[in-house]
Amino acid sequence: MHDLQPLTALGGTTAQIDSFAHITIAENDGLALASVAARLGHEAACHKTLKKLLGAVPAPGKAVLHDPEAGFWMGPDQWMIGAPRETHELLADTLDALFGKTASVTEQTGAWVCFDVTGLAMPDLCERVCALPIRKMAAGDAQRTMIHQLGCFVIRRESADHIRILGPRASAGSLHHTLITAAHAVA
Amino acid sequence: MIIDHPLLGPRDAAEFTYMGDAKLIDRPDWQSDTAAQDFYEYGYLRDNPAGWHEELWFHEAGDRSWLVVTRNTVTHEISKVELARDVARAKGRSK
Repeated sequence: MHDLQPLTALGGTTAQIDSFAHITIAENDGLALASVAARLGHEAACHKTLKKLLGAVPAPGKAVLHDPEAGFWMGPDQWMIGAPRETHELLADTLDALFGKTASVTEQTGAWVCFDVTGLAMPDLCERVCALPIRKMAAGDAQRTMIHQLGCFVIRRESADHIRILGPRASAGSLHHTLITAAHAVA
Repeated sequence: MIIDHPLLGPRDAAEFTYMGDAKLIDRPDWQSDTAAQDFYEYGYLRDNPAGWHEELWFHEAGDRSWLVVTRNTVTHEISKVELARDVARAKGRSK
């Protein structure tokens, strides 16, 4: 019998939280992700299912912060859907059944590392690591950008001092390093 | 240089990668009698205009869409930005 222990993206057994005076960087290990890409000629049907799932179709550069499933726009006719991993571990399978032939669904949980950056100095940190106009972004804005040469999604959450960063899981350590370095600079 | 992305609005050109002449959309018919010559020209021959030029740009650090950007190679002025898929579909590609 194997005795396997799940690890977080940073390699720990529990999610890592780094606290500074005005900023907290918390690894978020509780996220199930799947991408949805509308198939050619089925865009309308795919939109309909998305609307049923999230309440609205995420517009370009936007997220729909809905419970339990949330989603954001990744590119033309492509979206990422996220949900709590505890309850939605088989998110991709569920979505696949839901969308049927109207969209291609790909499991993404194991591809991304997620950091929740909160605190008063969040805009300062964000400005140091990427080119997004963070102070102009409103709740529900979701943009892809480069952080430390890594393609990352930055989602502005409901709270004004909270962004969620999704980056490539294989480079979780590098992304964490750059966030911590920036946090030291602004804290 | 700022590229006015049709979906995301003005974005810095540093987020994009230049992917060549937009004529690459017009892939020759491989069944044509002149296919060998057509593909030679498609693969190797480009105009190099001093002036307006339709170009493919890839939004690598953004939404990863391909754009057709009409840019003046002398002044860097950009007159039109479209999604490459819309251009291709208007030409009857993507079927």
